[in-house]
Amino acid sequence: MAEKVSVEEVAEAMYKMVKDTMGMKKWKATDLQKAAIELFGEDRCDKNLCKEAIKELVNSGRLVYTYFGGSFLEIPHKEGAQND
Amino acid sequence: MSEQMKKYETPLLDELEKGQWPSFVKEIKAAAEWNPMANDLLGLLERSYREKIGHWKHGGIVGVMGYGGGVIGRYTDLPEEFPHVSHFHTMRINQPAGWFYTAEALRTLADIWDRHGSGLTNFHGSTGDIIFLGTRTEELEPTFEELTQAGFDLGGSGSDIRTPSCCCGMARCEWACYDTMKLTYFLTQHYQDEIHRPAFPYKFKIKCSGCPNDCVASVARADFSIIGTWRDEIQIDQEMVREYAKNGVDINKEIVALCPGKCIEWDGNTLKIDNSSCRHCMHCINVMPKALAPGKDRGAAILLGSKAPIVEGAILSSVIVPFVKLDDEDSYNDIVELIDAILEPWIEEGKNRERIGEFVQRVGLGNFLEAIGLDPQPEMIKHPRTNPYVFYENYLEEE
Repeated sequence: MAEKVSVEEVAEAMYKMVKDTMGMKKWKATDLQKAAIELFGEDRCDKNLCKEAIKELVNSGRLVYTYFGGSFLEIPHKEGAQND
Repeated sequence: MSEQMKKYETPLLDELEKGQWPSFVKEIKAAAEWNPMANDLLGLLERSYREKIGHWKHGGIVGVMGYGGGVIGRYTDLPEEFPHVSHFHTMRINQPAGWFYTAEALRTLADIWDRHGSGLTNFHGSTGDIIFLGTRTEELEPTFEELTQAGFDLGGSGSDIRTPSCCCGMARCEWACYDTMKLTYFLTQHYQDEIHRPAFPYKFKIKCSGCPNDCVASVARADFSIIGTWRDEIQIDQEMVREYAKNGVDINKEIVALCPGKCIEWDGNTLKIDNSSCRHCMHCINVMPKALAPGKDRGAAILLGSKAPIVEGAILSSVIVPFVKLDDEDSYNDIVELIDAILEPWIEEGKNRERIGEFVQRVGLGNFLEAIGLDPQPEMIKHPRTNPYVFYENYLEEE
């Protein structure tokens, strides 16, 4: 049986996906989960692991939840609507 | 009023203070006496009424650390003219089940909001949360900190499980067929992660009503409705029925004629109900509450899929489980199991901003039931099919 990847590895991979596509794609939590499972394989990565990875990314402030007609995960940035 | 505060003329808003109903304008004006945010809100609203255009921008990023729900960002597009509502974010706070508060809890909430926001609230929003209207980004964390110290938490917003809500149930109502408050508390605790961390295609609302009167309107507003009902006979106190008749209730006109199941008879002395045809609409019980009551074998029906018209038109809930007993933790866990089964295909295959009711319509009820492991039942059907050109797999196999 293949060894599971760590939460940190999944988190790092998810962060990279979001960073590399910033401004081009908005990621929902489920999209990140599907992409991570595809990347690592079902035998090494599962939904719970992905959930923990997202929690880690959000709790550390590397990603934030945003709402633009649906909830997404993004790298913190100044939004267009924001007033100083 | 502070000397620095600008005084706005509000002839259009003043019109809304006239008439017999309480006016939100009156409350904003009261808050504007001392709160600059409320004061600028008055000026901005008057401007919007005059120009017939909203001056709000929807913010999408603000929140508290670790949470994806509970804060709705809002900015005005006229920050120079109305600087105190430059940020005007809404906070949703998880209400207690059944909306019961002590006076002290209400004072605590009001004091927190006076310190950190506009002082204006909605008790309650349409999902049921306490709504704090209007604060700045830098006040979100301090407000959250004080709320949690007082025992409150943020509710849901965005594509998550919204704060579950319920009627007052057994706390105040003898018609409650199960303990709505207990189940709501249980579900709220169980789904903390799903309430605070949006991971769904769109919102998912859970509402618990104790009887078919459905005081939280779950049949129209909840994706997952748990509505109390019974499966034995309506309890009748014939003596009290006669008392109602004696006191002027025209039973034939007001009850028998209006019964949707046409299952009640009244001969002037005895009320008879054919319970097999009863639709459980509660009308007769509502008219003669001292004479009639729901049966003793009580539980709930589970319905799925209602929503208000936002992206698509409105949908009312449909029955997926006609009756379930809800009297212990095992039965609560069965509800959780069913919710999880429903969420799974929707999370996997749902489109962005597609509610569960729309998803079921898109994939078809038969496919959806198969995916969640429920058998079709007659109660799921609104009326017999009218299209004869429908063939089932078993039928074709027999051919």
